[in-house]
Amino acid sequence: MELIQLSAYDLSIPALLVLALSALSWRLRLGVERQLLIAALRSILQLLLLGLVLNTLFSQRAPLPILALALFMLTVAGYEVMARQKRRFRGLWGIGIGTLSMFISSFSITLLAVHLVVRVDPWYTPQYLIPLLGMLLGNTMSGMAIALDNLTRDAWQQRGMIEAQLMLGENWDRAIGEIRRNALRSGLIPIINAMAAAGVVSLPGMMTGQILSGSPPLEAAKYQIMILLLIAVGTGLGAIVAVWIGSRRLFDQRQRLRLERLTGA
Amino acid sequence: MGRLILRQFQGADLEPVDLTIEAGECVTLTGSSGSGKTRLLRAIADLDPHGGAALVDRQAVDQTPPPEWRRRVGLLPAESHWWQDRVGDHFNGSANELLTELGLNAACLEWQVARLSSGERQRLALARLLDRQPAVLLLDEPTANLDPENSARVEALVQDYAQQHGAAVLWVSHDPRQRRRVGQRHLVIRERRIETASA
Repeated sequence: MELIQLSAYDLSIPALLVLALSALSWRLRLGVERQLLIAALRSILQLLLLGLVLNTLFSQRAPLPILALALFMLTVAGYEVMARQKRRFRGLWGIGIGTLSMFISSFSITLLAVHLVVRVDPWYTPQYLIPLLGMLLGNTMSGMAIALDNLTRDAWQQRGMIEAQLMLGENWDRAIGEIRRNALRSGLIPIINAMAAAGVVSLPGMMTGQILSGSPPLEAAKYQIMILLLIAVGTGLGAIVAVWIGSRRLFDQRQRLRLERLTGA
Repeated sequence: MGRLILRQFQGADLEPVDLTIEAGECVTLTGSSGSGKTRLLRAIADLDPHGGAALVDRQAVDQTPPPEWRRRVGLLPAESHWWQDRVGDHFNGSANELLTELGLNAACLEWQVARLSSGERQRLALARLLDRQPAVLLLDEPTANLDPENSARVEALVQDYAQQHGAAVLWVSHDPRQRRRVGQRHLVIRERRIETASA
């Protein structure tokens, strides 16, 4: 089966529909037409740019530019994790915790996948590395952000409960233990739901893409299974590391709760 | 035994203070609201950063693991917080004797925290603290929500405990008559300085 190429004319049809939607938003006074158009424009430009960059990378196959792109994606993901939190850690910790957890949840898992599962040679073959990394970053990011956001929000709201335990001689990690477990649970629930609903309620994006480009559905399903399982592992490991470092950072070396280390204090 | 010694101790934006509370002695502390009484107690319990030295008997705060220090220097905050649903889950041992002296009984260990009155919470928070047998007591208005009868029970219990365990007590109170009843010495915070006061 040949891939049916999309022309500029083909793309103009959905683009016109988006324009119509923004006109409707203006007519209904929803006030989101501006945001809608900017977001649509951003997605067009970003994706075209990515396509161009990948085209170049695919043809050159030099490891350094590929690694640079991967690191750039990682930093942006780390920033996104931080930006989605209401109360962030001050200073370098804010972006540091996000980036480190994204590194663990996505970078290492992707390397593992291209090395041990797909067995690509060389491992940095961009056709595999970049899409896999992108899938993992995009899908583990929200789990990470939710877990950290829950941690800092609950610590903020339940200060009295944490300190009551400290006053009675509990260790810091017991005093925040329940909050930590709750944060991890909430970070893991979306991927658990996604795995349970995969193929029944939703046709996952990666599988859709492969089917559209002509892969046999069963092969596409196998890739999708791999990516879903990796996302689950990545989300779990990344969230555990992020929440552990974050909860440790909430206390100082004398095990005092230091909420002024969060913004908004 | 617990003798509390503060040497050039600095917390809660107050001037450095030298203070020794002997084992079994009760010292009262007062001062207008916002003067730093609560924050001083928190600093002594090592819940907030502080300067200078604090010791219980010969053991200094910075040479004691934080949980051990806080078990020895028991702080009773003005407002108690509870992290389990059931009252009894906050106690370590059998607290029957303590509860009886506070006008409560063992049945209240089965109660739900959410249904406690403010007076019950305050007395149970004291029982929860004494149950862990601290060597020093830092009490932040321990009878603020109590009627005279229960206030008397709390005063009697704390005095008994201080005698039996040789515990030093630092008692924050706004009530001059209570300060005279419970304290052997009296302190007041005035303009960031801790001064000796008559009751």
